Amino acid sequence: MATLTEAAKQPPSAVALPVRKQPKNNSKARRRLTVVAFMAPWILGLSIFFLYPLLTTAYYSLTNFDLINDPTWAGFNNFSYMFSKDPLIWKAIGNTVWLTIAITVGRVGFGLVTAIVLTKLKRASGVFRTLFYLPALAPPVAAALAFVFILNPSTGPLNQFLGLFGIQGPLWFNDPAFAKPALTVMALWTSGTVMVILLASLLDVPGELYEAAGLDGASAWQQFRHITLPSIAPVLTFAVVNSIIVGLQFFTEAVVAGSVASGSSAVAGSSLSIGYPDNSTMTFPMWLYEQGFHQFHMGYASAMAIALFLVSAIFTIILVRRMRSAGIGEEA
Amino acid sequence: MSVLEAPRSTAPKLPKLRKPAKLKSLRQQNTLAWIGNHAIAIVLAIGFIGPILFIVLTALMSDQQALTKNLWPTSWHWENFAEVFEKAPMLAYFGNSLLYAGLATAFMLISSVPVAYALSRLKWRGRNTMFYLVIVAMLLPPQVIAVPMYVVWAKMGLTGTLWPLILPNLLGDAFSIFLLRQFLITIPQSYSDSARVDGASELSILFRVILPMAKPGIAAAALFSFLNTWNDYFGPLLYTGENQGNWTLSLGLASFRGVHQVQWNLTMAATVLVMLPVIILFFLAQKQFIEGIKFSGVKG
Repeated sequence: MATLTEAAKQPPSAVALPVRKQPKNNSKARRRLTVVAFMAPWILGLSIFFLYPLLTTAYYSLTNFDLINDPTWAGFNNFSYMFSKDPLIWKAIGNTVWLTIAITVGRVGFGLVTAIVLTKLKRASGVFRTLFYLPALAPPVAAALAFVFILNPSTGPLNQFLGLFGIQGPLWFNDPAFAKPALTVMALWTSGTVMVILLASLLDVPGELYEAAGLDGASAWQQFRHITLPSIAPVLTFAVVNSIIVGLQFFTEAVVAGSVASGSSAVAGSSLSIGYPDNSTMTFPMWLYEQGFHQFHMGYASAMAIALFLVSAIFTIILVRRMRSAGIGEEA
Repeated sequence: MSVLEAPRSTAPKLPKLRKPAKLKSLRQQNTLAWIGNHAIAIVLAIGFIGPILFIVLTALMSDQQALTKNLWPTSWHWENFAEVFEKAPMLAYFGNSLLYAGLATAFMLISSVPVAYALSRLKWRGRNTMFYLVIVAMLLPPQVIAVPMYVVWAKMGLTGTLWPLILPNLLGDAFSIFLLRQFLITIPQSYSDSARVDGASELSILFRVILPMAKPGIAAAALFSFLNTWNDYFGPLLYTGENQGNWTLSLGLASFRGVHQVQWNLTMAATVLVMLPVIILFFLAQKQFIEGIKFSGVKG
């Protein structure tokens, strides 16, 4: 039916003249239209869920805003309060910097070690890779709960294990000096994602290079230093910068671990237990959340958000530039 | 287990005067290395899997025993798992998590596949810039835009529900677009070109040529989207924290112990139940997970 009417509509003479001119413009316009149509969701998404909230956050950061009344202009008061008066801000910044560095060094270092161990195993590597990677999938809330229990000072298996060697284990999540190290141990447990990325790039290093170096009498360390490291450098950079950006957002594990370890019966993330013990696990995003959504200092929380954004942006730019120099994102 | 080295390359053997003793020591060295590597791997495996075993075993203990130093249950209490469902509305939480993760993933696929296609298989000016913007959006900490987005959703009357977390996926999810694009770019352009010569529209090329070839990539993107939403805590806390009826498993689990102070065995049973779907998902689709991660960080 359709084909019949189509055929009927086509006048037999309409073959050459109008058609010859049209394909070029037509196809160009059509191609552009295709791109726009395919990109439409993202162009909208970028505007609504990225550009708009970013600009609005910048505006709110210059106001007093409590969510109920309209924002009133405050100039740079929020920023001056942040850096000169807020009693907890430096603690929160310090904790976030501490955790970001520890988690990045721990995850990438440990991920590299586990990946290298896997490359040395011939046949069993698949099984071990699965075992090493599995914890990386654990929901952060579940991981935090499990680790508060595993690191329980008196009954947890880790301190019992240390006790075998006559070491008095620390109080971990109940000691301000050891709560952040405890979170770092937890981060090592979930470092499987970094391991898989590094393993893939280690396996991409041509074996001939090692053979040649071995014949020249290069030691294992020299081979690692002059062959392995340069080959995996781009991926290593990706892993480090990505880890830093994730570290800056560190929130869930600290909130849940603090809440559970404090024994508070309130909902995790409530003001009562946040940062337990003694604000030692209060990260910058947690303090932002507390200020914005519990104290309703939305303007101040927005100023903190802008600060967080600026720091993340620095690392994001580094990552994008590294990706460009590695050719990721250019014409394939 | 054999301790044989990989077959040596058949390079012409130079007449070397080697003492048999030295040969033996080389073989011994290899054996020692093999034993050493496997020993390290086993120790690491215990470190990785130990915590999971430990929480499973604790979940099966009696109330009293879970408070002691014992690592092995003296009596097995499988009913703990059933009791978790009585103590907290776990099924409702599970349903909410499933709704959130399922819809978010479905919406993400509908919107993100065409975007990733345009970013990887169509040539246009500004394409790279747009791709870098995807990366920038992907790395934006969620806390940065939380305040204005909360205000917007509050004005729409949707705070207290999971919709503020689900609906944005209809307009693409940055990480998923990134991952899908990394996959699609590896499919040789010749497939598309020959279809274009035949006069196929881009939409039909996407559906008939690319999608069938991109199934592993799409599976990986769907898996990660599902996993990330399933594991999400900040989002549900922000939007449904006040409204327990819409809590997800993450929220329910985080506040479980607050209510059942001394019953560590039940808390661990709840933890196991929340981990279980993720672990099952992993074993069903291990290959896609691993492939997906490789593509996210390596190939360009």
